[in-house]
Amino acid sequence: MTRPAPVIVGAGPAGVRAAQTLLAHGLHPIVIDEAAQAGGQIYRQPPRGFLRSRKTLYGFEAGRAQSVHGAFQALREAIDYRPNTLVWNAQPGLLDLMDGMAQSASTLDWDDIIVATGATDRVLPFPGWTTPGVYTLGGSQVALKFQGCAIGRSVVLAGNGPLLYLVAYQYAKSGAHVAAVLDSSSLADRIAALPAMLGQPALLAKGIYYLAWLKLHGVPVHTHAQVQRVEGDARVHALVWRRENLARAGGKPGLEQRIECDAVGFGYALRSETQLADLLGCRFQFDALQRAHLPVRDRSTRSSVPGVYLAGDGAGIMGADAAELAGERAALALLQDRGITVDAARVAQIEGALARIGAFRLGLERAFPFPERWAATASDDLVICRCENIRAGELRAAVREQGAAEMNRLKALTRVGMGRCQGRMCGAAAAEILAHAAGLPVQEVGRLRGQAPIKPIPLGMHVPAPEPVAARVIALHAQEDAS
Amino acid sequence: MKRLDTEVLIIGGGIVGASAALVLAKAGRRVTVLERDLCGARSSGINYGGVRRQGRPEVQLPLSQRAHEIWGNLQSLIGTTGEYERSGHFKLARSEADMQSLIAYAELSRPYGLGIELISGERLRQQCPWLGGAAVGGSLCPEDGQANPRLVSPAFARAAAAAGTTLIERCEVLQVGHDGRDFVAEARQGDDTLQVRAEVLINCAGAWANRVAQAFGETVPLTSGHPSMVVTEPIAHFLPWSLGVEGGSIYCRQVARGNVVLGGGRGYVLDEQRARASHDSILGLLPQAAALLPALRHVHIIRTWSGVEGYLPDQHPVIGPSTTQLGLLHGFGFCGAGFQIGPAAGEALAELVLHGRSTIALDAFSIGRFLPAGADAPDLLSSHAERKIS
Ligand SMILES: Cc1cc2nc3c(=O)[nH]c(=O)nc-3n(C[C@H](O)[C@H](O)[C@H](O)COP(=O)(O)OP(=O)(O)OC[C@H]3O[C@@H](n4cnc5c(N)ncnc54)[C@H](O)[C@@H]3O)c2cc1C
Ligand SMILES: Cc1cc2nc3c(=O)[nH]c(=O)nc-3n(C[C@H](O)[C@H](O)[C@H](O)COP(=O)(O)OP(=O)(O)OC[C@H]3O[C@@H](n4cnc5c(N)ncnc54)[C@H](O)[C@@H]3O)c2cc1C
Repeated sequence: MTRPAPVIVGAGPAGVRAAQTLLAHGLHPIVIDEAAQAGGQIYRQPPRGFLRSRKTLYGFEAGRAQSVHGAFQALREAIDYRPNTLVWNAQPGLLDLMDGMAQSASTLDWDDIIVATGATDRVLPFPGWTTPGVYTLGGSQVALKFQGCAIGRSVVLAGNGPLLYLVAYQYAKSGAHVAAVLDSSSLADRIAALPAMLGQPALLAKGIYYLAWLKLHGVPVHTHAQVQRVEGDARVHALVWRRENLARAGGKPGLEQRIECDAVGFGYALRSETQLADLLGCRFQFDALQRAHLPVRDRSTRSSVPGVYLAGDGAGIMGADAAELAGERAALALLQDRGITVDAARVAQIEGALARIGAFRLGLERAFPFPERWAATASDDLVICRCENIRAGELRAAVREQGAAEMNRLKALTRVGMGRCQGRMCGAAAAEILAHAAGLPVQEVGRLRGQAPIKPIPLGMHVPAPEPVAARVIALHAQEDAS
Repeated sequence: MKRLDTEVLIIGGGIVGASAALVLAKAGRRVTVLERDLCGARSSGINYGGVRRQGRPEVQLPLSQRAHEIWGNLQSLIGTTGEYERSGHFKLARSEADMQSLIAYAELSRPYGLGIELISGERLRQQCPWLGGAAVGGSLCPEDGQANPRLVSPAFARAAAAAGTTLIERCEVLQVGHDGRDFVAEARQGDDTLQVRAEVLINCAGAWANRVAQAFGETVPLTSGHPSMVVTEPIAHFLPWSLGVEGGSIYCRQVARGNVVLGGGRGYVLDEQRARASHDSILGLLPQAAALLPALRHVHIIRTWSGVEGYLPDQHPVIGPSTTQLGLLHGFGFCGAGFQIGPAAGEALAELVLHGRSTIALDAFSIGRFLPAGADAPDLLSSHAERKIS
């Protein structure tokens, strides 16, 4: 029997380069992506018919965007590309897909798979964060890139991480009024990080450029800034913040300051989309740098499960350039494992480049340190899980009164992470609250176990009834089941 | 190595072990529970949450009725309602033949006082406008219902601890035996080892209980099964009862929060301790659910799961004394239906320790039914160190 085609999930920079590499070596992969067009998050393409130039859409990244889109355009016909398709479940040898347009389920056999599922924002809530008009930074950017609209006329951007300055720059450039940029980290952090970041001067220069541009155009940029709350019911109308270093204790908090605005974009860097790796059975380990449990992989992107390769931000945040390299590396590893000869020099070159970007990441994390004191400052009535409306105080009570000291137990007792997002949005924050309340380091509270479906799917979706399923239903009929 | 002496050692902190511990501790006994994971983290805390007597085989009904009384006092017993509701359990028939079975069951169970009502024809359509066309009738047990296992089972363990039980979690019993005087169990807790000596040992290790039984020469045909669960996003309340279908295949209920929980089919094994809902079970369930409850067609499913449960070939648990070792009691193998009956099973085991006999006859659940008649009792004196159970 011939082997099934290799599968790539995700058509972002990692997935596209992986597909290109496989094809160059004679394998015709199946590329599955939930989005309508290739490009992933950073090179997300607007719906057809939108007439903005690449330069407006992607700025400095226009060239790379062109290159990634072009590469995909060139191989599209030669591969089995399935856009608008969600991978919602995985088990050994088998993936469950849903065609988002037809709302119909289908099945795909796999025996090697490259997981390139990317990332979403890391959310740390503040009072009022569920008010209409509050978005994540990534969401704010998606609105701009995909829909060509801003989240508001007068926008405050808050949190930390490189996306903060980038989105501020993109918003200001596109004509929105950026009322302020509030960075929870400090200038000192930035300076301490410089040595590690000098290894990637171009990236560093871009960061410095955004900041300088914002200052030059009169956009107020505040460091040590902690968002206190958002004001407004039907819609945001102001944001209150004060100076206070969230990363470190000590130092007197400044006076509260109020900024009028009609929208807020916030986020604290990104978090990897790891559920597919989880369902595929990959082993996870706590990564101190990313402050998250991530699927384990080696330099070659091989996971702990034979035939599963992990590339791009989905396996740990490394940025778009690293994603391209890792996608190519994953494809080369897959080829090697299929006994196909690959260019060893290229392999070494990629691994070297990835290591250098890794060192830069170290710097980035130092420049934008995770706001470790956030959990200590979150008040009891702060909503952590918006699907289930669970507040910090309820999480703390479960720790205090019911002895919860582990994420899945906390979920069982309080419903945190039990709603539509399955903890993708609230999980990081809930782990921080739990760890702080239980007096444990965050790596010791564990992680929410992944469960299908990766995203909600309609119960009434069209399910083809192949022989085996029908036969099994009849077999079950004969047996008194659990209940 | 740490050492601990206790009167009664219970292996397994599921609903059965925790219930037994609770009764024993309240009676003033020194009880220790060793639990490999967290109490209620296995079957007991992740099941479907059906608290039903209807449909149980006749031999289980006395125990099930006793459990019904215990569930009625849940709040005072464990300090939480655990979302327990006597919302009714409705078993529906999709054919005349199935309806006949329901009628027969109503008859058979009448002496036990389940209060079953049969509903069909026009009354069915009036009372159940939400039901799709698949049903011809059904049988309602108004006082059966549902509860939230995530809350109930850990609460049993907490109540046992509050009553004085020594509860040691994340502590796996690796081997157990009897040295002629005491039971001796060796367990691992993190990097530490723990030796527990006890006069009485109760085996409530769920799907893994065979290892303990084996250590005393009582191997039973226990297998693991993995019921598959699917849950929808929360929606407005429309489903008054917990639903089952005659002959099995699908069951569902709407929880306090509004989500509809559906069960049916089998999950797949991840490893010895974990299972997940399988592709086949999920895709088998969805169309059935849409046919049964048309209102569900437009909702999303947000989560699926499974668990590891112990099954025995005749679909009854083992509850009662060992046939080979004095002082050893078993309570395991609940075949997908131990959540409702668990508190009564635990109580019966405790009664055996306290009084040498239980209020409710347990003969049908004897482990002896699986052992070859006249099998030689093993050499109990030299049974300790080598008897690995894991
Ligand atoms: C909202 C957002 C905006 C960003 N903007 C920038 C930016 O402007 N500049 C910058 O340098 N970096 C940005 N980043 C980071 C950047 O996106 C990543 O570094 C880069 O895109 C990583 O590439 P990737 O191929 O790993 O993943 P992605 O580009 O994220 O691609 C992953 C793809 O996988 C698909 N996918 C995921 N799960 C499934 C599934 N279960 N089934 C089917 N398909 C699936 C997604 O639809 C997506 O197309 C942004 C990140 C986010 C989340
Ligand atoms: C998905 C699912 C749905 C179900 N639905 C229902 C339902 O709706 N209604 C109903 O009545 N029943 C239902 N059941 C069955 C019910 O959950 C079980 O019968 C019941 O929970 C069994 O309780 P237990 O205490 O015997 O076992 P468990 O809850 O499995 O507890 C056994 C414990 O022993 C521990 N253990 C095992 N070995 C060792 C060792 N060596 N050392 C230390 N600890 C050990 C385990 O970690 C475990 O916590 C369902 C079961 C499942 C899996």
